Amino acid sequence: MRKTYKLFIGGAFPRSESGRSYEVYAAAGRSGKRAFLANAAKASRKDARNAVVAARKAVGGWAGATAYNRGQVLYRVAEVMESRRDQLVAEVRTAEGLSPARAGAVVDAAIDRWVWYAGWSDKIAQITGNLNPVAGPYFNISAPEPTGVVAVLAPQDSSLLGLVSVVAPVIVTGNACVVVSSESMPLPAITLAECLATSDVPGGVVNILTGDAAEMAPWLASHLDVNGIDLTGAADLDWAAFEAAAADNLKRVRRPGPEDLAAAPELTRMTAWLETKTVWHPKGR
Amino acid sequence: MSTSTTTDSAARARDLLGVSGLTNRALAAWLHGLPGVDQVGCEARAAGLKTRSIKTDSKRWAIDLAISMIDLTTLEGADTPGKVRGLATRALVPDPSDPSTPSPAAVCVYGDMVAVAKETLGESGIGVAAVATAFPSGRASLEVKLADTREAVAAGADEIDMVIDRGAFLAGDYLTVYDQIVAVKDACTRADGSAARLKVIMETGELVTYDNVRRASWLSMLAGGDFIKTSTGKISPAATLPVTVVMLEAVRDWHALIGEMVGVKPAGGIRTSKDAISFLVAVHEIAGEDWLDNTWFRFGASSLLNDLILQRQRMSLGVYSGADYIADDAPSAY
Repeated sequence: MRKTYKLFIGGAFPRSESGRSYEVYAAAGRSGKRAFLANAAKASRKDARNAVVAARKAVGGWAGATAYNRGQVLYRVAEVMESRRDQLVAEVRTAEGLSPARAGAVVDAAIDRWVWYAGWSDKIAQITGNLNPVAGPYFNISAPEPTGVVAVLAPQDSSLLGLVSVVAPVIVTGNACVVVSSESMPLPAITLAECLATSDVPGGVVNILTGDAAEMAPWLASHLDVNGIDLTGAADLDWAAFEAAAADNLKRVRRPGPEDLAAAPELTRMTAWLETKTVWHPKGR
Repeated sequence: MSTSTTTDSAARARDLLGVSGLTNRALAAWLHGLPGVDQVGCEARAAGLKTRSIKTDSKRWAIDLAISMIDLTTLEGADTPGKVRGLATRALVPDPSDPSTPSPAAVCVYGDMVAVAKETLGESGIGVAAVATAFPSGRASLEVKLADTREAVAAGADEIDMVIDRGAFLAGDYLTVYDQIVAVKDACTRADGSAARLKVIMETGELVTYDNVRRASWLSMLAGGDFIKTSTGKISPAATLPVTVVMLEAVRDWHALIGEMVGVKPAGGIRTSKDAISFLVAVHEIAGEDWLDNTWFRFGASSLLNDLILQRQRMSLGVYSGADYIADDAPSAY
């Protein structure tokens, strides 16, 4: 069946408000031809705006959930991904032109990465928080807090592992995100959206937009209700302009740069989207 | 605007109905003689009006007009003087980052908060509307309703939002509804002879059918209401576009028949700029351009102002704005 996939905003799967869609093709085969796969919704700046509204609505509840609860929810996502492994492997294989074995390894790595980040939900505070020594009878505690709504430009050339590597670290700490997926390889992103929709992730915590990043990124970068922007997928765009636009409301910005997605991740993708809250509390006797 | 006395309006009503005495039977015959509303057609018309595309300069104009038509409302049991002062201050300066933002038409509060709102608003020209007559249910004796109204008028209310007796209306006792509106209208008269404008809330969500909405609209206008208003905001559905379409048709037809303009106020459930603009389209298309003014059309809303300001900022700054950049809607109670 020739499908037209939709967006993922606020836990629902709407069409683009613009009504646009675009054709998605497989990676070039031996003959050099690219087979038609499906249609995907081509999100507009207004879809991005709606996604930010959905994310803002979701962030309070998600950030307010206990870290333990967030971890459990994210483990569940990994379980759902695993149960749909065959579909993910097939989509990654056709999108990226990999061998079945290689595609299987990429999907396994993506699931493993999701689990790895899920585990950090109730451990990141031990690493980034601190009990500060102060000259007085007080506890002085610094604890990490999510920054809020983060816009993410996902890598263009890694359809699933790249996507998981940028989304999981944003939401594990309690942020909500608006993700622009790879434009040419959106199908694994849509399947991930279906995994998220059928696990316990509250609607709006992850919003996935398929389409042209160059069209949406300037609006997300300048949006005053977005607290951070990950420019990983914007290496080929004028990302310096996005960074400049992001300065208006002091967004946290992560620049694009060379990165080996297959290598073991570091904490930096999580710590990039954390604020530090410091509280004083009398010690008593 | 003439402030018709009880006798004037009774004479006019008798004249209009062609009867020598105003009886329930005569009213029922008249109201049930109104043409029925084509429900499917009305909803299709409303849906069609929603699809109009209003962009750039027109949108800018529409947003400012919509802001100027808002009755900024707080009608909670938990209203404190501080909250009402906060709301009134918000009406004075809707967007501190842009002084060119127009002010809403009025602040709408319970009767006991009129003095507080009045004190903050002063001579700014922003009115104070008070809900009266045992709002929102209207289940009280006429004496209580009139006392409620007089108190609010005495406290300085510029406008009175009354509720009709839906129980009487649904029971077919139109004369009671009529008499109560006439009595409340009379109670709106101030000591100096001027009068507060009377908005008649029909609570369309409880009237169920569009035919009833049309009848209640005509009955309210016959009794001398200066405004017909959809809802209290306490019942869902509140102000839908089709209901407002029926009411706009009623005021248009009343104007054609009598030559007198009556205002329309949808209230409750209008939260986004897009909604508000589609209501303005309906006003323009059905009642006409004369109604595109806050003397004749109002929005009863609390959160709508925020969305209109967000849109206004988006158009002036060129970037999407956020809740952090508009004034707090629920300022501290103190």
